[in-house]
Amino acid sequence: MSNDAATAANATSTRITTQTGTDPTAEGPDTEPPALGLGISLPPADARAKTEGTFPYAADLWAEGLLWAAVLRSPHPHARILSIDTSAAVEMTGVQAVITHEDIPGETTYGRRVVDRPVFASDLVRHHGEPIAAVAADHPDTARLAAAAIAVEYEVLEPVTDPEKAFAAEPLHPDGNLIRHIPLQYGDPEATGEVVVEGLYRIGRQDPAPIGAEAGLAVPRPDGGVEIYTASTDPHTDRDLAAACFGLEPDRVKVVVTGVPGATGDREEPGFQLPLGLLALRTGCPVKLAATREESFLGHSHRHPTLLRYRHHADAEGRLVKVEAQILLDAGAYADSSSESLAAAVAFACGPYVVPHAFIEGWAVRTNNPPSGHVRGEGAMQVCAAYEGQMDKLAAKLGIDPAELRLRNALSTGDILPTGQTVTCPAPVAELLESVREFPLPALPKDSPEDDWLLPGGPEGAGEPGAVRRGVGYALGMVHMLGAEGADEVSTATVRVHDGIATVICAAVETGQGFSTLARQVVQETLGIEEVHVASVDTDQPPAGPATHGRHTWVSAGAVERAAKMVRTQLLQPLAHKFGMSTELLQIADGKITSYDGVLSTTVTEAMDGKELWATAQCRPHPTEPLDESGQGDAFVGLAFCAIRAVVDVDIELGSVRVVEMAIAQDVGRVLNPSQLATRIEAGITQGIGAALTENLRSARGLIRHPDLTGYALPTALDAPEIRIVKLVEERDVVAPFGAKPASAVPVVTSPAAVAAAVRSATGRPINRLPIRPQAAVAASNS
Amino acid sequence: MTTHAPQATQSVTLPASLDEAVAALGAMPAAVPVAGGTDLMSAVNKGLLRPSGLVGLGRISELRGWHYQDGHALLGAGLTHARMGRPDFAALIPALAASARAAGPPQIRNAGTLGGNIATAAPTGDALPVLAALEAELVIAGPGGARREIPVSHLLAGRDMLEPAELIGFVRVPLLHAPQVFLKATGRTGPGRATASVAIVLDPARRGVRCAVGAIAPMPLRPLEAERWIASLIDWDGERGLAPDALAAFGEYVAAACIPDQPPSDGGEAVPLPPAVLHLRRTVAALARRALGRALS
Repeated sequence: MSNDAATAANATSTRITTQTGTDPTAEGPDTEPPALGLGISLPPADARAKTEGTFPYAADLWAEGLLWAAVLRSPHPHARILSIDTSAAVEMTGVQAVITHEDIPGETTYGRRVVDRPVFASDLVRHHGEPIAAVAADHPDTARLAAAAIAVEYEVLEPVTDPEKAFAAEPLHPDGNLIRHIPLQYGDPEATGEVVVEGLYRIGRQDPAPIGAEAGLAVPRPDGGVEIYTASTDPHTDRDLAAACFGLEPDRVKVVVTGVPGATGDREEPGFQLPLGLLALRTGCPVKLAATREESFLGHSHRHPTLLRYRHHADAEGRLVKVEAQILLDAGAYADSSSESLAAAVAFACGPYVVPHAFIEGWAVRTNNPPSGHVRGEGAMQVCAAYEGQMDKLAAKLGIDPAELRLRNALSTGDILPTGQTVTCPAPVAELLESVREFPLPALPKDSPEDDWLLPGGPEGAGEPGAVRRGVGYALGMVHMLGAEGADEVSTATVRVHDGIATVICAAVETGQGFSTLARQVVQETLGIEEVHVASVDTDQPPAGPATHGRHTWVSAGAVERAAKMVRTQLLQPLAHKFGMSTELLQIADGKITSYDGVLSTTVTEAMDGKELWATAQCRPHPTEPLDESGQGDAFVGLAFCAIRAVVDVDIELGSVRVVEMAIAQDVGRVLNPSQLATRIEAGITQGIGAALTENLRSARGLIRHPDLTGYALPTALDAPEIRIVKLVEERDVVAPFGAKPASAVPVVTSPAAVAAAVRSATGRPINRLPIRPQAAVAASNS
Repeated sequence: MTTHAPQATQSVTLPASLDEAVAALGAMPAAVPVAGGTDLMSAVNKGLLRPSGLVGLGRISELRGWHYQDGHALLGAGLTHARMGRPDFAALIPALAASARAAGPPQIRNAGTLGGNIATAAPTGDALPVLAALEAELVIAGPGGARREIPVSHLLAGRDMLEPAELIGFVRVPLLHAPQVFLKATGRTGPGRATASVAIVLDPARRGVRCAVGAIAPMPLRPLEAERWIASLIDWDGERGLAPDALAAFGEYVAAACIPDQPPSDGGEAVPLPPAVLHLRRTVAALARRALGRALS
C-alpha cells in the first residue's frame, strides 16, 4: 500500500476517460455518481490511519516478555557445511535458544510446489543468505551478536551462476538442475517468412522491495500450538507448511495476517516464518523478528533474471508468420513458483499477436544465484520486453511504422494462442493501441518555459538541452489472471448482517490491491447497507488463496457477492412471501426495502427484526488444464491486455533517460472503483519504470551486491512520469464476477517494454537489456 | 520499543561553542562528534557503529554561518546543504551552492553539513570536488583553543589526518568573483549518488582554470596539465569564450587524465578498457566540456 500511496498523490493529475466518455472524477450535478456500491471511488477504510502513521504493522507488535530473533545466513552462495558449533552462542548471557537443522521436530524441507528447500541448511548451502541457524535472545543486539558467534565451518564450492552452464554443471540439488522444460510446438516447423529478425535479450533481477521490511511475531499457545502474526500474503499455505515443519496438526498453527506494508511479490515467506515459530515453540515465549533491509533483500524471492533468444518470421506486409524463441529463467537454488512463471513466459512468448506458427522452448534452471519467485507479472514481463524488441526490429527492417506493424498483427477475441487455447474473453488489443496512438503527444521542452524543463539527470543535473533527444515507443502486453494449469482457484467468504451493520469475513489478504475496499462496495451494492466492515484475516477462517494474479478481485470478491446475495435472500424471503412476490422484485436502497412498483415498502431495520443473518459462499472459476509435453492446453482462466505509449528524453552523451509520459489504455472489463483503479495502474507503471531503468539487484559470483535502497534505486517522485490513462475499455468479461478484470499486473508487464521502445527510437541503439544501462543509451550526436 | 541499544548507555553532550566541543571530545576520547548525522546515524542503525558517547555539534551557532577574511570566506563546518543552496550563498560561491542543491533529497540537505561531507570523505561527496577545485583550506580546532590549517586535499588523501579531540571548524574558500560550475551525472532523475561529477572554477586574477573530478576515485582528481593548457587558450581580457573544438578537446584531456589507458601488459598491445569504464570516461569528458562551456558562456 505504501508505494501506492506515493503515486496516489498524482491521481488528481491523471485523466481518466472511460469508454462511455464520462469522466468519473468529474463531479457535477449531471454526472452525480452513485452514493454506494460498485463504480464509486470509495476510499480505503484505513487510509487515514496509514497516512497518519498510526496503522499498526507487524513491526509495531509487542507482547509481554518477548524475545528477539536473529537468523544466521550463509555468506557463501555455494558451500558444504562441515560443522556448526553453536556453543559460544548458547553460552552468551541473554540467549534463550539457538536452533539449527537438528532442532526441527517435523519436516526439514518445504516448498509450495516442490518440497526442495531446507528450513535451515544442513549439509549444503545453495545461495547467499540461506538460513543456517536462528537465535532467540532478550535483546535484538544480543540475538545478532549470538548469531554471529555461531561458528560454521564451510568448504567453499565453485558457484554455478550462469544459468546457461547449469545444464551441464554438477547437480546443485538431488532433483537435478532442470526445474521445468516446456518445448511448445504450434503449427508447421518448416514455415518461413520473407523477412527474418533475430535478437538476444537479457532481463535483470527486479526485487519486490516492499517499503515496509519484513517483520513477524510468534506467540506460543497453551495447547502446544503457535500463532504467527505477520504480513503473509498466502496465509493458509504458509500455515500448512509451518505445521508440517513444526510437526503439528494444521489447526494447532494459526497465521494471523497483520497490515501488509506493500507487497508486489511474496513477503514474509515461510523461510522467514519458520525460524520464528520454531523459536517460539522451543522457548515457550513470544518471539519477534524484524528484518533489516539487507536481510529483506537476501531473504525474499526476486523476479527471474531471464535470457531470451528470438527469431521472428514475417511476410513483406509485416504479418507474423512464425516465432521461434528460447527462454531461460534463472530460478536460483529452489523451485518455488518457477514452473508457473515459465508457463506464463512460454505461453505469452509471442505477445498479444496472431502467430500461425510458434516454436518456443523454455527452461527454468537451478543456479546458486539469489532465489527467484513470485513478483507480479512474472514470466509475462520478461517476454514482453523481448517480443516488443522484436516487433521494433521487424518494423525497422520493413520500413513500417512500429504502431502500424503491431496493429496488423493484433490479437482479438476468437484468435488462438500458441498454447492452442482460444481467446474467449474480450481482447480489444487493436482498440487499446489505437487509443494511445491517437492521444496527443506531450509538448517538447522547448515549447515550455525553461524553468519547467526537467532534463534527464533531474534538477541540478548535468543534462544539456542540445544533447537531449526525444523518443516515442509502443508496447502491447498481456497477462493471465488467477492461477494457471489446473490450480484450484477457490475462495470462500462469509457475510454477516446485524443491527444495520454488515461484516465481511474472508481470508483474502489486502496487499494494497484494494480487496477490502472492493468487498465493502460489493456488500453495499448487494444489500444497500452503508456501514460494512472487513474482518482481519487469520487461518481459522476458510482459505481464500494467495493474493496473486488478481485472484481476490475475481474469486474472493465473487465469493463475497454470493454470500451477500444469500443474506439478501434470507432478508427478503419473508417479506416477499408476505407481499406475494418474488425477492427479485424487491429493492434495497437507503435503508429501505421497496417493491418494484414502489407501492409496498418497509425499513431494513424492521425487516431484520433484531435477527442476525449469516451466509457463507464460495466462488470457483472454470477449471484449467496443465500445458502438455508440447506446451498445449487451456491453461488460463482469463487474460488481460494493455497498450502503452512511452515518451522519453535521453541525454545521448551521458545515456541518462527520463520518462516524460506514459499513456496507457487498458482492458479492465468494468471499472469498480475509479480512483483505486487509477492508483493500481500508476503503481504498476512506476514499478515497470523501475525495472526498465534502475532496479536490478546485482550479484557477482552469486553474492548480492549492495543489498540496500541506495544501491537498489527505486523510482522516486521525480522519476515517475506523467501517467495518462487514455482509455479504460469496459467490455465485460462474462465469466468474471462483475465482468471486471484485475488490473495491477499488466501495466508492470508492459511498461518496461514501452520504455525500451522509446529509448530505442530516441537513440537508434538496439536496447536489448533491462534495466537499460547508460552506456546502452548513448548515441552518436547529430550536431 | 526500539531495536537499538538503550540510550542510557550513551552519553550525549551538546556543547555551545567549538572550544567546548573540543574539550568534550578530549574529556571523552571514545565519543564521536555528530553534526547532521546523515551518514553516522545510518551506520548506527545498521549496527556498524555503536558509539559509547556522542558530541552533538548542532548547537554551535558559530559553525552554522560564515564570515569574511582577506578576500576569503570562512565557512562554518555546520553549514547545511540547504543553507548553502540558497541564492545569497550561491552569489558568493556558485559551484558549492550547486553541489549542495544536487546533494540528496531535501531531508538530507536539511540535515547534512559541509563539515560532515568532508569528514565522511565518501568518494561521492558532492562538495568535495568543488572544495578541491577551490583549493580550500580547513581550519582545524584543537585542544586549548589551538587552530591549524591544512589543505582539504591533504585530509582527503590521508596525508594529514585529524588528531584525537580535533574538529573541522571552518573551511577557508577564496572569493573569486567569477563563474563556477558543478555538474553531476547520476543514474536516475530523482536524487542519486554521482556516477561522476566535475567542478570548474575560473580564477581570473591568476588567469587560471581549476577543475576537479569527483566520484570516480577515492578522492577528487585534479587534471593539472589540462587546466594549464586550457587556461593558456583563454583570452582573459577579452570575451573568454572558446571554440567548441577546444571545449571538446579539454573534455577529452580531462577524461584521459583521470581515467588513463591501461599500460600495455609486458610489452604487448594496450589492453582496451572495459565498456563500463569507457562509458565513465565519456561521461567525464562530456561533463568537463559542458561545465567549461557554461563557465565561459
